[in-house]
Amino acid sequence: MTVALEIKNVSHKFGEFTALDDVSLNINSGDFTVLLGLNGAGKTTLYSLITRLYNNNSGSIQIYGFDVREDSVNALKNIGVVFQQPTLDLDLSVRENLQYHSSLHGISSLDANKRIDNEIVRIKLEDKIKNKIRSLSGGQRRRVEIARSLLHKPKLLLLDEPTVGLDIGSRQMILNHVKTLCKKNNLAVLWATHLIDEIDKGEKVIIIDKGKVLESGDVSKVIKKTKTKNIRDAFNKLVGIK
Amino acid sequence: MELIVYIRCFKGIVLREALRFVHQKERFFSALVRPLVWLGIFAAGFRSVLGVAIIPPYETYIPYEVYIAPGLIAMIQLFNGMQSSLSMVYDREMGSMKTMLVSPIPRWFLLISKLLAGVFVSILQVYAFLIIASFWDIIPPISGYFTILPALIISGLMLGSLGMFLSSAIKQLENFAGVMNFVIFPMFFASSALYPLWKIEETSEWLYYVCFYNPFTYAVESIRFSLYSQINIEYTIGILVFTFIFLFLSILGYDPARGNLQKKGGK
Repeated sequence: MTVALEIKNVSHKFGEFTALDDVSLNINSGDFTVLLGLNGAGKTTLYSLITRLYNNNSGSIQIYGFDVREDSVNALKNIGVVFQQPTLDLDLSVRENLQYHSSLHGISSLDANKRIDNEIVRIKLEDKIKNKIRSLSGGQRRRVEIARSLLHKPKLLLLDEPTVGLDIGSRQMILNHVKTLCKKNNLAVLWATHLIDEIDKGEKVIIIDKGKVLESGDVSKVIKKTKTKNIRDAFNKLVGIK
Repeated sequence: MELIVYIRCFKGIVLREALRFVHQKERFFSALVRPLVWLGIFAAGFRSVLGVAIIPPYETYIPYEVYIAPGLIAMIQLFNGMQSSLSMVYDREMGSMKTMLVSPIPRWFLLISKLLAGVFVSILQVYAFLIIASFWDIIPPISGYFTILPALIISGLMLGSLGMFLSSAIKQLENFAGVMNFVIFPMFFASSALYPLWKIEETSEWLYYVCFYNPFTYAVESIRFSLYSQINIEYTIGILVFTFIFLFLSILGYDPARGNLQKKGGK
């Protein structure tokens, strides 16, 4: 099994505040891994380090063997990202947004349009392709962002709380879509959330709190290790919620 | 990475900026109205108060409107540069800046492409202004319409990179309004845009030095000389030095290892 993401002993501080404390984790290709933590646990900081928005001053982060500091070009080529905040240009159409992203990865217009047509079918928004993002619902915008993150055919997909603020129907649709992509395309997925019901049995989970990884592994293993009945109880026990 | 990848990326960034410009027609008109108000009202009122002696590149006495035209062209670029950086602060707050910064293409190239895209938009505004200004008898030699272009590119780059540096150093959109007041107005008024430097020297020596070392003066004078198909070495070297400094600072500001982004916790 290929290691998609390998993080070793990464710490990060903002002034005196320690956002991440000696974090180490591994994600394999084809794995759907949930990074579970409360708001402020350090999930977004970790994503910012993986995507090199911030520089990791300690430890190492490797994506398919490429170190993000030493070889950021090859490391970033392999990553698709859906950020916590919406990042689409509201005044541009769906196609224009997707074309812009393709150009940022150096994809030719011809190739980009083919990929856009494929992805747009996959997210079932063919009829909205000429519409401005402003006219789309929150769930539709998220689906466009997921389509966008896949245009350059990454092997590791990072999603930072992608379902926050969405209704139950949109949440489920996006979750199912990404899980299907993970299985079909052997994509490694790191899905950050604080919503425990997004985790299924048989998946992998990394529990993070106050910048520290408290537990990681198969859901069943974490439940067993914490001597609890389900992942909710395991999480509550680990982070000290009564 | 192949050259074609860089070309596609550059094309995409310029196209996005052009599309945003087309979609925001109000921005285009407000960018034009601003200098026209100065030209039509301010200059008309001041032409009788201020007399302008013959100074290079002019070969004869000129009306005040003709004198301030290069300053107003630079003002278009100054506002455009600040507006681009304002959009960068907005993009960063809204998150869309992140999509650009996580591209595998080197960050310095992305930032310079974004700057040049902004310069391209400002040049369109300048030419639109020059067409309208011809109704005020501001008509440079025909060659001036072509020779002004390199000066516009450099001054646009300088003012854009200054804006980009400021955008990297500013935490929130709200703070940017203050900086606009502290940057745009002092830069514009303490320069040779509205009055020649020798006139300022007559009034106040220290103000003369402030104006003389103001980067905006170098933009105004480069534009003034190039509009009459002349080149002033002193101002050209000055503007290139300032462009290099601001560009260096702005790239440093967005560098993940040293920049301002992570100091601010990504906000």
